[in-house]
Amino acid sequence: MKMLQYIIRRLLQLIPVLLGMTFIVFLIIRAIPGDPALVILGQQATEDAVAALRESLGLDNPWYVQYFQYLGNLMTGDLGESIRTRTPVNEEIWPYLATTFELSFFAIVIAVIVGVNAGIISAWFQNSWFDYTAMVLALVGVSMPIFWLGLMMQYQFSLQWDWFPTTGRENVRDPVNAITNLYLLDTLIQGRFDQFVVVLKHLVMPGIALATIPMAIIARMTRSSMLEVMKSDYIRTARAKGEKMFWVVYKHSLKNAVIPVLTVIGLQTGLLLGGAILTETIFGLPGVGRYIYEGISSRDYPVIQSGILIVAFIFVMINLIVDILYSIIDPRIRYN
Amino acid sequence: MGEPAQKLDPVNKSPQEETISPWKEAWRKFRKNKIALVGTSIVFFFILIAIFAPLIAPQGINEQDLPNRLQPPSSDFWFGTDDFGRDIFSRVVFGARLSLTVGFLAVVGSAIVGSMLGIIAGYYGKWVDTIISRIFDIMLAFPSILLAIAVVSILGPSLRNALIAIAIINIPNFGRLIRSRVLSVKEEEYIMAAKAIGMSDSRILFSHVLPNSMTPIIVQGSLAIATAILEAAALGFLGLGAQIPEPEWGAMLAASRALLVQAPWTLFFPGLAIMLAVLGFNLMGDGLRDALDPKMKT
Repeated sequence: MKMLQYIIRRLLQLIPVLLGMTFIVFLIIRAIPGDPALVILGQQATEDAVAALRESLGLDNPWYVQYFQYLGNLMTGDLGESIRTRTPVNEEIWPYLATTFELSFFAIVIAVIVGVNAGIISAWFQNSWFDYTAMVLALVGVSMPIFWLGLMMQYQFSLQWDWFPTTGRENVRDPVNAITNLYLLDTLIQGRFDQFVVVLKHLVMPGIALATIPMAIIARMTRSSMLEVMKSDYIRTARAKGEKMFWVVYKHSLKNAVIPVLTVIGLQTGLLLGGAILTETIFGLPGVGRYIYEGISSRDYPVIQSGILIVAFIFVMINLIVDILYSIIDPRIRYN
Repeated sequence: MGEPAQKLDPVNKSPQEETISPWKEAWRKFRKNKIALVGTSIVFFFILIAIFAPLIAPQGINEQDLPNRLQPPSSDFWFGTDDFGRDIFSRVVFGARLSLTVGFLAVVGSAIVGSMLGIIAGYYGKWVDTIISRIFDIMLAFPSILLAIAVVSILGPSLRNALIAIAIINIPNFGRLIRSRVLSVKEEEYIMAAKAIGMSDSRILFSHVLPNSMTPIIVQGSLAIATAILEAAALGFLGLGAQIPEPEWGAMLAASRALLVQAPWTLFFPGLAIMLAVLGFNLMGDGLRDALDPKMKT
């Protein structure tokens, strides 16, 4: 019951944040200096076209009326229409979102598996050469401009050694038959394991580039929380009872060291979604970051607005889920 | 009977203990931290490069030397040349000026505005606090680079606007930090004493609350410069920050992307400069945090 109350309270707290987010996104068009309709359509636009756009954007109404109209449209799932493609944003955004989901999920899996294990082994063999190497790499990783790392990986692993494809999501000569647009899933559903491997190969470099910073942070966090837990009495007891070190580390210590790590994972999703914009640009992936970026290049404001809103919404939701998971693992948190 | 009483007596501290100020103590801790010293050296190295750029750079930033275009690194051109025959070493050296300036100014801007808002929210509390804190929550609900992109998409792409965008997105980080600090400082006895003798709110805020909240600002500031440099480079790379032919590191990477096969050095060195500068500020910031405010680590 307490759990349910906690979830409801957290959901209620989200309402002002979500409203505020829609307001900021709403301001994007209204804050453009000059006549937004003219800016969007360009100086060559006819007066009729400008007037029509003003009308469709509701720019002649007072701002609060415009805001409530905008909110009303959002409630009905109307995210506006792309000026460039003349297609409603909510119709065309899913394939882009799916690309970003796949990439981000793949990256977070790499970051967690490598980061957590590197942190554990570093703590287990504290002050060993592994510990030093891993922590120096983690320090460098935290400071890594991922767009540069991506380019350097392309040069070495793709252009020099030809291990992985340079750009894209699939083999263009044998395109994936999209069902969910999550290509790894789609290829599995269709039993096309050859395509699955191709899609996976396309994901490796962008995934690693995107995973670098979260991986480094998770490794550092895991190491420090493991070191703390491993000093505690119950671990000493477990060892005194003759429990094998492997189980002491992976069963007893990790369980208690996971809480701060989980927080970091939650916090990293924002970084991941932001980083996806850069990674997608470098690796030519048609993700939501690229969708927003192209929206900016062509001054497609409905695309910019909706793209930013959706990504921010996902970010808030992931943080909510992490908070709830956090309270399930550590019930003390719910009561604060 | 006398002995235990003596142990508890605060007057009986050793003379050394009494003379060490918190700043001296922090400096002692900082000096012992080798990694922090490496970071500080990197930071000073870049600061010196930025200051003496015209003396260090063998050529101007836009000096074209077409016969020598796309030369690999050599003793004549340490970092090689780009497709216009411009010396990449010279451009990277001058780029230090842009990146450090943007990082520093953006952080100073966000620290000033964020601290002001944080102080007001923390000190006055009630509805003022609620409004300011909710605005911070909303801003933090956006992934930072996305918010920066949103700001630049309104203001238009340029280095100056990227700086403004980076300053804006960092405001809530400083604001929240200072707010929580003010909440604890304002309960201190000396603040109550200042109120009791009739000191005005603004005087209390600026002569007592702010100086006593400086430590987290310094720590957060040094770490934020690292992020700001990275964000400025990312915006430059996306074409939303510094514009060609400015020798900003991120913009240089964007301009040379097509040369990845032909002349990878055009991309290697500007990126390495970004990484080293960010690493320097991160290491220094970590060291400052451990020395000044170890509690912040959690």
